[in-house]
Amino acid sequence: MKLWRKPFDSAETATTPGKIYLDKERCKGCGYCVEFCPRDVLKMGNELNPKGYLLPVVDDETRCLACGYCEVICPEFAIKVSTPENNSDG
Amino acid sequence: MTENRAPARELFISGDVACAEGAISAGCRFFAGYPITPATEIAERMSLRLPQVGGTYIQMEDELASMNAVLGAAWAGAKAMTATSGPGFSLMMENLGLGAMLETPCVLVNIQRAGPSTGLPTLVAQQDMMQARWGSHGDYEIIALSPSSPQEIFDFTITAFNLSERYRVPVLVMSDEVVGHMSEKVVIPEITPESLYQRRLPQVAPEEYLPYQPDADLVPPMAIAGQGYHFHATGLTHDEMGYPVMTAEAQDKLIRRLVDKIRLNSKQIIEYRETQIEDADIIVCAYGITTRIARFAVNMAREEGIRAGLLQLITIWPFAEDRIRELSSQVKAFIVPEINYGQIVLEVERCAGGKAETILVPHMGGGVPSPDTILNAIREATR
Amino acid sequence: MITTPNVENQTIEKFLRQDRLPHIFCPGCGVGPAMGSLLRGIDRSEIDPDKIAVVSGIGCSGRVAGYVKLDSFHTTHGRAIPFATGLKLGNPELNVVVFSGDGDLAAIGGNHLIHAARRNINMTVICVNNFNYGMTGGQVGPTSPFEARTSTTTYGNFETPFNLPYLVSASGATYVARWTTIHIRQLDKAISEALVKPGFSFIEVIAPCPVVYGRMNKKPEGKDELRYYQEKSVTRNGADPKDVDIELNGPIIVGKFVDIERPTLWERLQQVTEKAQARIKTKK
Repeated sequence: MKLWRKPFDSAETATTPGKIYLDKERCKGCGYCVEFCPRDVLKMGNELNPKGYLLPVVDDETRCLACGYCEVICPEFAIKVSTPENNSDG
Repeated sequence: MTENRAPARELFISGDVACAEGAISAGCRFFAGYPITPATEIAERMSLRLPQVGGTYIQMEDELASMNAVLGAAWAGAKAMTATSGPGFSLMMENLGLGAMLETPCVLVNIQRAGPSTGLPTLVAQQDMMQARWGSHGDYEIIALSPSSPQEIFDFTITAFNLSERYRVPVLVMSDEVVGHMSEKVVIPEITPESLYQRRLPQVAPEEYLPYQPDADLVPPMAIAGQGYHFHATGLTHDEMGYPVMTAEAQDKLIRRLVDKIRLNSKQIIEYRETQIEDADIIVCAYGITTRIARFAVNMAREEGIRAGLLQLITIWPFAEDRIRELSSQVKAFIVPEINYGQIVLEVERCAGGKAETILVPHMGGGVPSPDTILNAIREATR
Repeated sequence: MITTPNVENQTIEKFLRQDRLPHIFCPGCGVGPAMGSLLRGIDRSEIDPDKIAVVSGIGCSGRVAGYVKLDSFHTTHGRAIPFATGLKLGNPELNVVVFSGDGDLAAIGGNHLIHAARRNINMTVICVNNFNYGMTGGQVGPTSPFEARTSTTTYGNFETPFNLPYLVSASGATYVARWTTIHIRQLDKAISEALVKPGFSFIEVIAPCPVVYGRMNKKPEGKDELRYYQEKSVTRNGADPKDVDIELNGPIIVGKFVDIERPTLWERLQQVTEKAQARIKTKK
C-alpha cells in the first residue's frame, strides 16, 4: 500500500516514528506484519526462533508511523509498537 | 427474584404437576424445555408458575437446546431444570455428559414411556433406567431417583435439587407415565430456604481460586459467572485450573475424581425403603410405579404364609450395591419386577453374586404388571 | 511477553491467559486477530469485564474461550448459543458473547442460531468464517463457496453455501455486520457497538485458514489468502443482506448491514412476569 499524495503540511509536521518490539517466542513467521505494513518497515529476516519459525526484522524503523497495524493484524500478539513519548526508556 | 414462601397446602394433582411444584419449592427459578408426551404438563405448569415467583420459563427449539440452556442458567447461579421423555432423553445425552464434565448442578426429569424410538408415546415403561446411568459417552457418574407417586415425585424433586447442589452433578428424576399422569393428594409443606442445600461458593479471592480443585469430599467450590472470578470451564479434559490438558495423567486424575465424587459418597446419597425385610426369604426389589403393585403382591404372599418382603429402591444410581450384597446372604431369591425386559435386574444379579437367585418379572411396557404376575413369581421362587 | 507503555496492547495482554500462550492456532490463522479484536472491542465498549461471559463451541474458533481471561465456557459442538441463552436468562446482568466458527454456528448449531435471532435475545455472536471445518482438517462446511476445494469435496463443492448475514437478519437479528480480519479496526468498532446494543447482534468475520482451506484453494500462504480477501472486499455499509453472497473469485461485501431496534426477549419476559403477578394480586 503506497501513499499516493504528500500531505500539504508534511514539511512542518513530523510524525513521531514508532519503536517495534517483537516477542520472538510467540512469533510463528506468518509474515503478515511484513506484507501489510503500509510503510514497508519490516522484512523477513534470517533468524529462526526456537520452534523453527522464521522471524521478521525491522528494515527501516524511521519509516514507522506507529499506526499499529502490524500489532493488530498479528495473529500471535507477538509484535508491539510504541511511540517515544509513551516509551519510558526514551 | 421473589421468594416463594407459600404456606403449607394440600393439592389433588398429577405427578407432572407435583414435580413442577417440587421444583419451585426447591428454589428452581429456571426451566427450559420442549413439549413431549408425557412430560409436557411439567413444562406447562412451570410456564404458569415461574413468572409468578419471579423465575424464567423458556421453551427452547429442541431438547439439545433445552439441556444446554439449563446448564448455562446453572452457571449463571440459578437452580435449573428440564423435563422430557425417552426420545428427548436420548437427545440430551451429549449435553448431560457436558453437565457431568463441567460439574454443573441441575435436574433432568424423565417421565418414561415405552420405546425404543417413538414407541408408545402415551403409555408407561421403565426402559431408560440403564440409559440413565450409561447414556452419555465416557466415564462419569450421575445420581438418579425413582418416585412411585405424585407425593414422592414432589419430595424427590426437592431431594434431586439438594443432591445436585451438594455434589455438583446433574441429578435425574426417573419417573414414568403412570406416576406422571395419575392424580393423588400431595401435601406441600412450607419450605424454608435454610432447609435447601445451596452450592458451595469459593471462599478465596479470584486470584487464588482454582475452579476444579476439590475439597475433602471431592466436590470443588463453584464460582458462577459475573462475580469476577474469570474462570474457564471446558468440556475438554482439564486440570484444577480448568485449562484443557491432553495427557493420560490428567485424564486419570479427573475421571477418578468425577466418578469417586459419587461412589465414595454413596452412603450419604443412597436411599431405599424396606418393608417386612427382617425375616424375609424372598425379597421383591422394585422401583417407580411397580413398587405399588409389588406391595400388593408382597402382602398377598404374606397372607399365604410366604415370608416375602419389599425393598423399594429410591436411589437407582448409584445403585444400592452394599444393601443387596448384605441381603443376598439372608434370602433365597430376589424378585425384580420391571416395566422393561431386564435392566435393574442386571444390577441386582451382579450384586447378589450368585448367593441368591435373581428372578426378573418383565413387562414390555404399555401398561403396568398385575399383582398376580409378581405373586406367581414369588410362589415359584419358594419352590 | 513484551509489554510496552502503549495502553492498547496492555489491554490485550491483561485479558489474555498469559500462561497459555502461544496459542495453538496455525501460523497466519485468522482466529488470533479476531480474538484480539474481541478484546479491544470489549475494552472500547467500557463494559465491566467481570460481567462478560464468553461462550464458544467446538473448532478452532471455539478454543478462544480458553485464551481469554474472562468467565468463559467451552461447550459442545453447536450448542454455544443455547448455553449462552441460559446464562443470559439466569443472570440478565451478564453481557454474553458467543465466539465460534462457521461450522459450529451454522451447521450443527444452525437451528439455535436462527431461533436466538428470532427471539432477539440480548447477546453478541461473533462467527469466524474460514469457509471450512478447520480443526478436523478442512472439510466442506455450510459456508464453503460453490466449487471450493476441501478435503471432502475433491471435485469441488457441489452445494450452495449460506449467506449468513441474510439468514440471520431474516431470522430477526437487530445488528448484522461482516468484516474480514484485514478490516481489523472496523471489526474492533463493530464489536464494541454490538456489545452495548441490546438485542441479537451477529458479526461475521471472514478469516484466513492458510494451512487447510487456503492451501487447498490455491492460496498457499496466509498472506496470499489475506491479500485475496483484501482485494475482493468491497465496503458497503447498509447493503441489503440478500445481496452479500460469497462466490469463489467474486466480491466479498463487507460492512454494517443491519442496525435496527426490536423488543428483546428479556423485555418481553418481564412483561410476562408482570402479567402473572398482577393476576395473582387480582385473585387475592
